[in-house]
Amino acid sequence: MIEALGYEFFRYALLAGLLASVVCGIIGSYIVVKHMISVAGGISHAAFGGVGLGYLLGIDPLTGAFWFTLAVSALIWGLMERAKQHIDTLIGAFWAGGMAFGILCISLTPGYTSDLFSYLFGNILLVSPEHLMMMSILGGIIIIIVALFYPILLANAFDQEYAEISGLPVRALNLLILALIAISIVVLIQVVGIILVIALLTLPGAIARFFSATLKGMMFLSTIIGVGLTTTGIFLSWVLDIPSGSSIIIVGVCAYLAVVGGKEVVNRRGEKVDKTGSGV
Amino acid sequence: MNQRDPVIEIRDLSVIIDGQAILEDVTLTVRKGDFYAIIGPNGAGKTTLIRSILGLIPVTRGEILLFSKPVSTENRSRIGYVPQYHSFDFNFPITVKEMVLTGRLGRKPGIIRRYCKEDLVAAENALMRLSASHLSDRPVGELSGGERQRVLISRALVGEPEILILDEPTVYVDTPTEEQFYMLLASLSHTVTILIITHDIGVVSQHVNHVACLNQRLFQHDTDHLTPDMLAQTYGCPVDIITHGEIPHRVLKKHSERP
Repeated sequence: MIEALGYEFFRYALLAGLLASVVCGIIGSYIVVKHMISVAGGISHAAFGGVGLGYLLGIDPLTGAFWFTLAVSALIWGLMERAKQHIDTLIGAFWAGGMAFGILCISLTPGYTSDLFSYLFGNILLVSPEHLMMMSILGGIIIIIVALFYPILLANAFDQEYAEISGLPVRALNLLILALIAISIVVLIQVVGIILVIALLTLPGAIARFFSATLKGMMFLSTIIGVGLTTTGIFLSWVLDIPSGSSIIIVGVCAYLAVVGGKEVVNRRGEKVDKTGSGV
Repeated sequence: MNQRDPVIEIRDLSVIIDGQAILEDVTLTVRKGDFYAIIGPNGAGKTTLIRSILGLIPVTRGEILLFSKPVSTENRSRIGYVPQYHSFDFNFPITVKEMVLTGRLGRKPGIIRRYCKEDLVAAENALMRLSASHLSDRPVGELSGGERQRVLISRALVGEPEILILDEPTVYVDTPTEEQFYMLLASLSHTVTILIITHDIGVVSQHVNHVACLNQRLFQHDTDHLTPDMLAQTYGCPVDIITHGEIPHRVLKKHSERP
């Protein structure tokens, strides 16, 4: 297992996992507490339209996904704020609409679209230095923006109406949040792929919520949890020779279930102790 | 007394939502220093009235002035608002201190708003005014109903508002806490104008100095106590009231049933 570290691509994979964990930790926690998981799901699937467009135009599919998801999140925001469309409807439209557009683009692209599968399901072992650079820059942007705007992001997530009454620019903030989600998704596509992104955005935050009483604490803890999940997943994928995206996600789901189960057991024990203690 | 500056002026306000009239021809003046209660049954348009004052919903007819000017982001930030209790996700990972501090954000200029020492001091003071200092580092999810209510008021007060508006503040508070709660509001009313909206006529205490009844229309009376007629008009049925002498000590009798 350790001999894997001798390979450059493996070290790149671990680094990509680390960058992905920072993004999941920060944006994933925010998505979990603001109940925006399905919004993130919609944007991530819409990203496939960008991948397809990238193939068609002959540019890097991830660069295509970057601009396309940003455009989609701005469009969702506009339709939500201006046209007063319900977010559920918009998710439904763009989730499938983006995928449909991507498939159309790919069908129009001449020749064989080689690594399409890795955009859908991720392949962290194939991450290139260029993509690592892109992930670092986008990750850095996310950290800086969230650190700068943390108080108003927190206020907006906890009680948007109060934030609005206080005179905070909640509409602009909501656009910022959608853009941050779009950027995160682009960072994560290389790691777990468009289809599986949503689990990586959700699980570390959901696990961290059990152990942390503040959003800031959740962000730190879920970053660490993310590193644990991605590293375990990458090693399992190497040792068992299974797809890395699915091994990372399966490790994550198992960890989540274990924590929920463990919590239940602890609660039951607590109840039993209470009962015997009070003599009932 | 009537020479005091008006802080909220509502003239002939009508709000129609989806073709349904929620408020009709409401006229109301709240003056500086008032401790004003608006009572009315569920569905009377109480929350709609508050939301119009805060500029959260469009006004169909009439006008609302805050500090003699139309509602704007600027004058709205001079209001401390305590929203209805159940509009919160109390499982949100936030501590009491963090939550109270968010009440300071509206006062800060610019795009990047970060807390300074002054904000931390203001948050501590606001919690102290509501005897909630010891709760400062607790997650809001672990608080009792009464504690949550005090923390919500601290958040409203931390921005040093000139008006405090409370929407159904005692819904989840038990009766002894409710008494304490009104004592507390009464002490706050020496320094801030208070407008309270409730469906629970039992809570309108001796401390309130103006009462109006809302049921789509507003029945306003130049009086500091409720009369059976006022209530009957609002609730559409006679309501029992016990008064003690000329100046009622506790104006209303508790109801076991909802009118």
